[in-house]
Amino acid sequence: MLGAAGLALLRIRNLFAVVMLAGIYSLLSAGLFTVMDAVDVAFTEAAVGAGISTVLFLAALALAGHHENKPGHTPLLPMLVVVITGAALVYGTMDMPGFGDPDNPVHHHVADHYLEESPHEIGIPNVVTAVLASYRGYDTMGETTVVFAAAVGVMLLLAGGVRSRGRAGRQAGEEGDG
Amino acid sequence: MSVDLFVSHYNYWVVIFLMMVGFYILISRGNLIKKIVGLNVFQTSVFMLYISMGKITGGTPPILLDDPHGEGEAVGHVLYSNPLPHVLILTAIVVGIATTSVGLALAVRIKEAYGTLEEDEINRVEAQTEAAE
Repeated sequence: MLGAAGLALLRIRNLFAVVMLAGIYSLLSAGLFTVMDAVDVAFTEAAVGAGISTVLFLAALALAGHHENKPGHTPLLPMLVVVITGAALVYGTMDMPGFGDPDNPVHHHVADHYLEESPHEIGIPNVVTAVLASYRGYDTMGETTVVFAAAVGVMLLLAGGVRSRGRAGRQAGEEGDG
Repeated sequence: MSVDLFVSHYNYWVVIFLMMVGFYILISRGNLIKKIVGLNVFQTSVFMLYISMGKITGGTPPILLDDPHGEGEAVGHVLYSNPLPHVLILTAIVVGIATTSVGLALAVRIKEAYGTLEEDEINRVEAQTEAAE
């Protein structure tokens, strides 16, 4: 289903439908995360991916119009690049450990410590929250810094519009004269 | 043997398929907003890669079943999925929405400045502006 949604995203040229479909895609992936035991990730994806990002896309469409032109060039070169990259990645997975095996190396570095010690060291039952807010607190601080920087960037980009629109208007005027 | 390989690596191949769909949208479509959607698809596929690596067959979500102030007896006997990829991906989702919003703001500004969101039309406007100067 995710594959079908992705392919539909590729084909549809009405951007409004694309954005709605991207929201559905996001919600489907949230369901997949729930199945794979990542409940915290699932509700973040449902709220942020399917909720906030759809709203942001719709706002951008309202400001920028929602029709996409037909691609002007042949799709052969991008298709070739994609197929070669995909084949290289599939070749790379041959050495990866199998899905769901408890002996995979990823499960035996710090994860054991988190699961065994976090009830004593932190004292809350949700290990994901304990790791997020305490063991990897600096990560979370860096994340909030990125979000702050992004908010400032968006405000600068959108609020600086008046001055630059004037310049674009002048350019249009020059073109009209010439 | 090959069936084994297929079953145990199926998750990686789904992820790679989605990743390549996103990549293809990104490099073959000229519309800037469509490119950002492609980037989002690509990004979500990476999230799935991490989460699928954290899954243990028969495991439960990493929320401890016992009273946290008890002696944690259940911890040794219950199989929990790995919490670490979940934490990393929570951070990545939030950072991803931040970068998406900056990209959309840039797209809106480009639309204001050039009157279009198509890559080739933007190039044409640029060429005309340079020729006029």
